[in-house]
Amino acid sequence: MKREPFFWITISCGLVIMAFILLPLIEMMTAPSLAMLRETIKDKDVVRSIWLSIYTAGLAALISFFLGTPLAYLLARSDFRGKRLVEAIIDLPIVIPHPVVGIAILGVAGKNHWIGHLLSELGIRIMGSVTGIVIVLTFVGMPFYINAAKSGFESISPRLEKVSRSLGASMFSTFFRITFPLAWRSMLIGIIMCSARAISEFGAVVIVAYHPMIAPVMIYERFEAYGLKYSQPVAVWLVSICLVLFLILRILTLRKTREA
Amino acid sequence: MITVEDLNISLPGFNLIDINMSIREKEFFILMGPTGAGKTVLLEAIAGLAPIKSGKILIGEKDITRLPPEKRGVSIVYQDYALFPHLTVLENISYGLHFHRIDKTKAEKGLNRLFEILNLSHLKERLPINLSGGEKQRVALARALIVEPRVLLLDEPLSALDPGFREEVRNAIKALHQSSITTFLMVTHDFAEVLSLAGRAAVMNKGLIEQIGDVTEIFEKPGSPFVANFVGMKNLFKASFSGTHAIVSGLRIEIGRTVDSSSQYLAIRPEEIVISREKFSSSMRNNYSGIVKRIENQGFYYEIEVRVKDVSFKGLITKGALIDLGMEEGSPVYVSFKASAVHVF
Repeated sequence: MKREPFFWITISCGLVIMAFILLPLIEMMTAPSLAMLRETIKDKDVVRSIWLSIYTAGLAALISFFLGTPLAYLLARSDFRGKRLVEAIIDLPIVIPHPVVGIAILGVAGKNHWIGHLLSELGIRIMGSVTGIVIVLTFVGMPFYINAAKSGFESISPRLEKVSRSLGASMFSTFFRITFPLAWRSMLIGIIMCSARAISEFGAVVIVAYHPMIAPVMIYERFEAYGLKYSQPVAVWLVSICLVLFLILRILTLRKTREA
Repeated sequence: MITVEDLNISLPGFNLIDINMSIREKEFFILMGPTGAGKTVLLEAIAGLAPIKSGKILIGEKDITRLPPEKRGVSIVYQDYALFPHLTVLENISYGLHFHRIDKTKAEKGLNRLFEILNLSHLKERLPINLSGGEKQRVALARALIVEPRVLLLDEPLSALDPGFREEVRNAIKALHQSSITTFLMVTHDFAEVLSLAGRAAVMNKGLIEQIGDVTEIFEKPGSPFVANFVGMKNLFKASFSGTHAIVSGLRIEIGRTVDSSSQYLAIRPEEIVISREKFSSSMRNNYSGIVKRIENQGFYYEIEVRVKDVSFKGLITKGALIDLGMEEGSPVYVSFKASAVHVF
């Protein structure tokens, strides 16, 4: 069969996009020598900031999970006045420029605001602290978790829950026996998306906490101070470790899928 | 047993209005009505799964209007089965046992009984995805009944099934009803199901109950034009009555009895109308000559519309009869029916 021109347009556009995404990444990943990579990972500062990046992003995902799951469920199951507005508010962190996020958070957490004042009374520091980083990462990552969990809940027929209730299960039992086992995969994908987004955050974090230094800030600093060659190995390590972590999570999910 | 009093429900774009209904203990009761009539909402209201605006629902003597669904003893079976996809057949069926204090040996006995009646023993370890439609619905029935509910609600349980499975599941439902103490309330469109299962029934339309009563009564004596049309009385005419006859658009129809002066309509089932080429000499009191207006293929039957003066009668004949009579649009024919085939309301 002769292919139509339309087919060739779709293929060529696809190839251009693949190259556009992959070329710079492959170039970056292969630029540093093995020796340089080995030396970089021996650097305690590098290890510390990669670790800091991973666990603050993980914490942000965990917070999103506990706070966001009930809201995601509510949005998936009920219709109420202003639901669209709530959904739009949840998506706001996605569209706001990143430095603006940092500035906005500082506005509330600073000493001039009563919340900031209260926090400092309690001994909680936002500016230049791990707490501050986690807050910023939660702010930018939460929408990704909520949206993924919400679409997971939406894909479960409410009738399953209705049947469960009619068979004697309370709403709590129904959630833990029916809804959660059917939605956890979407929730896990939400957690991965949320932490991936959090790990990549730079603009907002750099305003709230330059130190302690998360990996993206360190990459930027090395680039500024020493140039491309010195920032690349850190980037390679950060990307590789994240990819491996996400890959492990995905494999775990897939294996469970086959069992189920 | 189930008493619904002045029930009102309003959902976006849909209302149930002043529903009053009572269903007897252990009865098999059927709700009929076109799509959008509110049958499913009424079922869900009884199960506690739809928000009620006003009115009361009682089971036995107990007012359950404000009880949460898990405390009502009302099980529900949906058209799309709603099996829990992550649980095996056995886990699905025994799901409700987690929440009921049922003695273990008794539960075991109940399980075995249901497995046997519904012929499910060989499927215990399967997941729902590997079951046929009929098997899924049998699992859903077992799951609903294992908790010994006082009421079982069935929302068009057969309509998603292939015709072959439909009869099998229908018979299973019948057997389950006869051998249990549960009251069955089922929604369906299918008259075969109504006639083979139900004792009493109600017809709903646009959120209202149009008629409630014995099944035979609904089919033979529809109480309103809507019900008449719904149960297939396609010949429905506005009429004026005097003595033992009626006048429909100037056409005199013998009804062989005097009727209530408030009556306004008469109806005749299409199967009661005899269509012939020659004048039919029999005891039928109503004989008219007319012209075939339209012939419509309905699968096993043809629906023939015959124009007599200003009145159109619809009758059914088989394909063989159509060929034997050599009928086509425009043919002159005779239409006959008995006086007793005329329903008046």
